[in-house]
Amino acid sequence: MTDLEEDSKIDAVDRVIIRFAGDSGDGMQLTGDRFTTASAIHGNDLATFPDYPAEIRAPAGSLAGVSAFQVQISDHDIMTPGDAPEVMVAMNPAALKSDLHLLTPGGTLIVNRDTFEERNLAKAGYDYNPLEEGEDLEGYRIISVPMTSLTKEACKDLGVKPRDAERSKNFFALGLVSWMYSRPTEPTFEWIDERFAGKEQIISANKAAFSAGHVYGESAELGDQRVVVKAAPLASGTYTNINGNTALSWGLIAASQLSDLPIFLGTYPITPASDILHELAKHKAFGVTTFQAEDEIAAVGAALGASYGGHLGITTTSGPGVALKSETMGLAISLELPLVVVNIQRGGPSTGLPTKTEAADLLMAMYGRHGESPLPIVAAQTPSECFFAAIEACRIAITHRTPVMLLSDGYLANGSEPWLLPDVDALEPINVEYATEFNHIGEDGEADYWPYLRDEKLVRSMAIPGTPDLMHRIGGIEKEDGSGNISYDPANHSRMVEIRAERIKRIDVPDVEVVGDPDAEVLIVGWGSTWGSITSALGRVRSSGHKVAHVHLTHLNPFPKNLEEVLKGRSHILVPEMNTGQLSLMLRAEYLVDAKPISKVAGQPFTAGELEQTILTYVEEKSTS
Amino acid sequence: MTDVMDSEAVPETSRADWQSDQEVRWCPGCGDYSILTALQLLLPDLGVRREKTVFISGIGCAARFPYYMNTYGMHSIHGRAPAIATGLALARPDLDIWVVGGDGDMLSIGGNHLIHALRRNTNINILLFNNQIYGLTKGQFSPTSEAGKITKSSPVGLISEPFNPISVALGAEASFVARSHDMDRKHLQEVFSRAHAHPGASFVEVYQNCNVFNDGAFAEITKKDSRDDMLINLIHGEPIQFGSERQFGVVQTADGVEIANVNEVGIESLLVHDETRSNPSTAFALSRLAKGPTEPTPVGVFRAAVREEYASAMSGQVMGVAEERGKGQLKDLLHSLPTWEV
Repeated sequence: MTDLEEDSKIDAVDRVIIRFAGDSGDGMQLTGDRFTTASAIHGNDLATFPDYPAEIRAPAGSLAGVSAFQVQISDHDIMTPGDAPEVMVAMNPAALKSDLHLLTPGGTLIVNRDTFEERNLAKAGYDYNPLEEGEDLEGYRIISVPMTSLTKEACKDLGVKPRDAERSKNFFALGLVSWMYSRPTEPTFEWIDERFAGKEQIISANKAAFSAGHVYGESAELGDQRVVVKAAPLASGTYTNINGNTALSWGLIAASQLSDLPIFLGTYPITPASDILHELAKHKAFGVTTFQAEDEIAAVGAALGASYGGHLGITTTSGPGVALKSETMGLAISLELPLVVVNIQRGGPSTGLPTKTEAADLLMAMYGRHGESPLPIVAAQTPSECFFAAIEACRIAITHRTPVMLLSDGYLANGSEPWLLPDVDALEPINVEYATEFNHIGEDGEADYWPYLRDEKLVRSMAIPGTPDLMHRIGGIEKEDGSGNISYDPANHSRMVEIRAERIKRIDVPDVEVVGDPDAEVLIVGWGSTWGSITSALGRVRSSGHKVAHVHLTHLNPFPKNLEEVLKGRSHILVPEMNTGQLSLMLRAEYLVDAKPISKVAGQPFTAGELEQTILTYVEEKSTS
Repeated sequence: MTDVMDSEAVPETSRADWQSDQEVRWCPGCGDYSILTALQLLLPDLGVRREKTVFISGIGCAARFPYYMNTYGMHSIHGRAPAIATGLALARPDLDIWVVGGDGDMLSIGGNHLIHALRRNTNINILLFNNQIYGLTKGQFSPTSEAGKITKSSPVGLISEPFNPISVALGAEASFVARSHDMDRKHLQEVFSRAHAHPGASFVEVYQNCNVFNDGAFAEITKKDSRDDMLINLIHGEPIQFGSERQFGVVQTADGVEIANVNEVGIESLLVHDETRSNPSTAFALSRLAKGPTEPTPVGVFRAAVREEYASAMSGQVMGVAEERGKGQLKDLLHSLPTWEV
């Protein structure tokens, strides 16, 4: 590695964006993931963006079946997986057809020539071979490689059937790209040994294919294509590469450890949230119970039942699942019991775009239940921050006895970045207090237990089943404040509605921090996964001489106390969000400010470039008007 | 906490100890009263603690039950009680959990939760008060209402066929299935006691009279003077026999079971009731004997088979992994993916 970096013939670049695109069955997610890990170990900063179809196996070779993985690696701190790839691997004609427009002009295109035959070309909608005719590839550097046949050739003495050998062609591509970017090979070989342990033929085929790709780079005189991206000067410490769903799962486990409450996850499989179930199911050693229920409603019901019993009740889902859970969330609001509802947002309405990202469930989180039923909302802003957002959501749920909505999205869930591992001993414990004694004197002078007596934060007393003498009944019918007995009294209902609103307002949330130019007239207000794109875009807007400030909200309900002050007095408030203006609507309603939405609802995250353009255009227009 | 508690003797209690301070608000004459009384009188004899007992219900007249019990209780939302109870039972296997609901709550809006709770076999006792009508919403047909029934929502007669709750439960792989009725406290208590003792999900259908919207739905079979001829009491290990003179019995046929005259077939040809059969087919056939509560109807325990209980199997997995790998450490978890130093 060091030798390569010092080799003066190899150019160094500060960053590169690579996109691996192929058929769903070509193993592109795995290829991208391996390249990412090798780069992480090499010390690059990076950000990834898996972009795959909802169909598990769309017809082979079809446009619908194209699965891609984009990664940006750099020698400096980056926030996004990049806008336009500079290098693209296209494993078949469909991948070329669907993703070529993304490739930056002058970019490098690596194609698997073997797949460019009549049948695959036709499936991709080509009536000619773009590698031989037409102008599609003009202006790009083309590396056309017969990957399938070279892979078969490399495997021919290993006793592997040709069909099985062909399946290793993604490792050929990985070997070639690893050579181009001087990635170390050992971690990938070690990983192959581990992942395919016991399947010796597959191990040898994958290694042979990888080596063949590597050797191809050297021997095919692609020397001028070879570059290196040096390690990024990141803060010192131990790093791991983590995606949002894994970080979120670990955050839930951390909250369980901090509160000493066992996790009960009630859930139902749904994209893109299922990986949280898969991850938590692996960690029974932490006392985690994972319950795959018969439906979304049972999943949240079981989680609420477990919360009632004194466990940390959590349910994980995506938008359509939240719709089904809303009645139970209303019950949890009425019962004032802890519950964490994790919504990994995806494109909607209805089934919408299951594997594509969107952040259009904010108003649903805020208002999507019947009656006056407020609950706190926490949103994660980067893959690794999902860890802390999960702890925060649990902290609020446990200490304030309320359901909490934790918002992530498909982009954060599957995207990854290097994470400087936090010191777990420095995480704040979560204090849990259950009632064990009578708390009230009845009219008869006898001590008794009232479940709806409150503390100064309006948090009610909670005695869990099994606690001697404190037997009591709770339910979804309106309760008398204090005693918790059924009450249809008009004044009591009015009071309870006020209390339920006020107790959410009394939750302590950290102030927002203004970054960029604090006194700028233009303020960008973001929330959730747009943080990376906004930060990158604003860096460029500011370096072109404009003043802009940025605040990014992790708490959407209640809003941070200083937000009003931050908003007031700004001439221009822009709110980029992956919906048609939900946060801007909330800001307008709450603070009477002219918050203007910058919307994107394309199933794809904002690119830094498009945000930069939108903001620049706005800033320049307003300075001339 | 639990260990210390359990090592002490369960205190003696009386019916009054199990009654909450809330006024019971069912219609005068409702069958629910007798079921509530039967249970409140039974619980002192079951050797259980009030603080370890939880009643969970959904919505409907029957679902008001928890408010009247001096135990822990949750009156939840329509149909979802079996799901909420399942989560509680998995988190807290030390508790005694009862689920109470009506035919609309458990077989209509909550049908999915009921069948899966039974299939999983989590240790909860499910009591379904079947009155074959929607009471709390004032008189619409329910999923157990008979075809042709005239109700507010079927003024020209109900078109669809009803569910047979016992058949549904058996079809859902329930390990304990029983039926009783609100006119016989002793029988109710016997069945509730068996349900409570069963390790797994127990399902009890209680024929319950709604004297306001469906009065007399079960009168033909539960009236004292017709009971002997119309109720077939299932007793484990005994030939299935009934009638004021014990003159009738149940025999097996090629495609199920039927009622026969004992004098004609001989007592030795009667079906001997076996609750523990691993194959539920005979129990299912018995559940189909009466087309409705107007013909001789079996009551008692249809099935009490031993099957792995879900909560203990689940906690066994959790504890097994913790034992094998040691208690999880957060720091190790954070270092479990490839790491590198900067």
